[in-house]
Amino acid sequence: MEEKLKLKGRVFKFGDNIDTDVIIPARYLNTQDPKELASHCMEDIDKDFAPKVRPGDIMVAGHNFGCGSSREHAPIAIKASGISCVIAASFARIFYRNAINIGLPILESEEAAREINEGDTVEVDLKNGTILDITNGKKFKAQPFPEFMQEIINAGGLINKTKKELEAKNV
Amino acid sequence: MGMTISEKIMAAHAGMDSVKPGQLIEAKLDMILANDITAPIAIREFEKLGVDRVWDRDRISLVPDHFTPNKDIKSAEQVKMVREFAARMNISNYFEVGEMGIEHALLPEQGLVLPGDLIIGADSHTCTYGALGAFSTGVGSTDFACAMATGKAWFKVPESIKFVLHGKLNRWVSGKDVILKIIGDIGVDGARYMSMEFTGDGIKNLSMDSRFTIANMAIEAGAKNGIFPVDDLTIQYVKKAMESGRRKDSYKIYESDPDAGYSRVIEYNLDNIEPQVALPHLPENTRPVSEVNDIKIDQVVIGSCTNGRLEDLRVAAEILKGKKIKKGIRCLIFPATQKIYLDALKEGLIEIFIEAGAAVSTPTCGPCLGGHMGILAKGERAISTTNRNFIGRMGHKESEVYLASPAVAAASAVLGKISSPEEVI
Ligand code: SF4
Repeated sequence: MEEKLKLKGRVFKFGDNIDTDVIIPARYLNTQDPKELASHCMEDIDKDFAPKVRPGDIMVAGHNFGCGSSREHAPIAIKASGISCVIAASFARIFYRNAINIGLPILESEEAAREINEGDTVEVDLKNGTILDITNGKKFKAQPFPEFMQEIINAGGLINKTKKELEAKNV
Repeated sequence: MGMTISEKIMAAHAGMDSVKPGQLIEAKLDMILANDITAPIAIREFEKLGVDRVWDRDRISLVPDHFTPNKDIKSAEQVKMVREFAARMNISNYFEVGEMGIEHALLPEQGLVLPGDLIIGADSHTCTYGALGAFSTGVGSTDFACAMATGKAWFKVPESIKFVLHGKLNRWVSGKDVILKIIGDIGVDGARYMSMEFTGDGIKNLSMDSRFTIANMAIEAGAKNGIFPVDDLTIQYVKKAMESGRRKDSYKIYESDPDAGYSRVIEYNLDNIEPQVALPHLPENTRPVSEVNDIKIDQVVIGSCTNGRLEDLRVAAEILKGKKIKKGIRCLIFPATQKIYLDALKEGLIEIFIEAGAAVSTPTCGPCLGGHMGILAKGERAISTTNRNFIGRMGHKESEVYLASPAVAAASAVLGKISSPEEVI
């Protein structure tokens, strides 16, 4: 799985406690189709979100992003909408785990979440966790991932990592 | 330094003598769970692993409860996929409509989750089983898929917050009010990534159903798990549940050491807690019901994995007995499992509900997540015994959900506005 390590896009900014019902309302969970899920992403707080996003755009939010349900449909919908990366002051636990598992890049930085504005153009280097707001010239450094999270990311998600481990056991 | 109950359970399942908060471990699981929303994604992911069997057919529970009885063709297809997978893998604990219930009421009732267990579920309210002294937490579909193949999962050992409860609850006050009060105090991320441990001499005065309600909503404070000590009441409950014979092994009791480390200790006197209401759109917006004035409602929902147990139905029936639901208000009651439904029927509770003008449904998550069976229109307002009042949770994005206990919900159904039980009795 090839992961793009440098990302650049326009910012969609949201507040604190963005919950999974806002990211993808439960009424649409009777499908697993990423495209269909993406078409309803964030619609209850910004009905034009899905049509406005261009591939590569970046989502920036406050504290406790992704709180609520364990639905993996939430990071799947964000990823399929074209958003390349989510930067937040903090993430809710299950969302954090799910995003890593499915390969949606996420970065935690309180400062970046505060200083980056809606519509700014931002460049992210996933390899060293740096965030550059090209519009206002400010630079930020995200919290590094714990080593085992890094292993999952490097393997291309939890399924690939587990698959390799299972195969290693069988030989 | 000693260990907390959560740390001890994690250490035992990781095959280690001790663990510390922040440590990353791989641990063996006793039970794993998914539902009709999370299992389909998990099954697809499981198939990518290239294995042809599951790790243990008796330790996987699949409960289609969210959109069942199937609300439309798409959900029927999702459930069909889960049903066929369960048959192909010979999974013992697949629950069909007619025998099912809402997962977090069903698993404890069926003796599938036991004290001392380490459990993951592809549903955020998996934390409910902490009421039994188990460590249980919600994960996503991919984690569940990998656990189906390996029987293991990765964990970061959480820090713990200790909630010391003293005293006894007043009449019409229940576990729901305790947890709403706590979430109101610490906020929806007040326990983010942490374990909420409930302890103190007040625990013995809390019924099992109240403990389930409290542990259920730990996630609403961002917690990884909520957990209670095991006492005689727990053991009585567990012994009865184990009569189902679904679990062949036994349980183990863990206790926090007196010198275990906590990041915070917060004390509550249960006598001082009033019935609470959480206003839209976050569970932390709580007020005592006495301070919520003149909020008219359109719908009342009594049920869910938070408050659809027998004690909840009994309280609602006590208030609704011989009374009528206010004209123009819809009151929907959902027993959480078939067994609870049958017990309520035998006790005459269902008759009371129907005579009061309430609609009683087969177990389903239905309106709790805005799925079906009671969706709100634009501008409508509901009082509900469920656990989330996020924007759009029960229907239109401009509808509102107020969270409360079954007692407050039933009283509100009679008066047509958010009311305290005392105004009705
Ligand atoms: S009743 Fe509500 S909170 Fe509980 S499992 Fe069902 S949808 Fe989730």
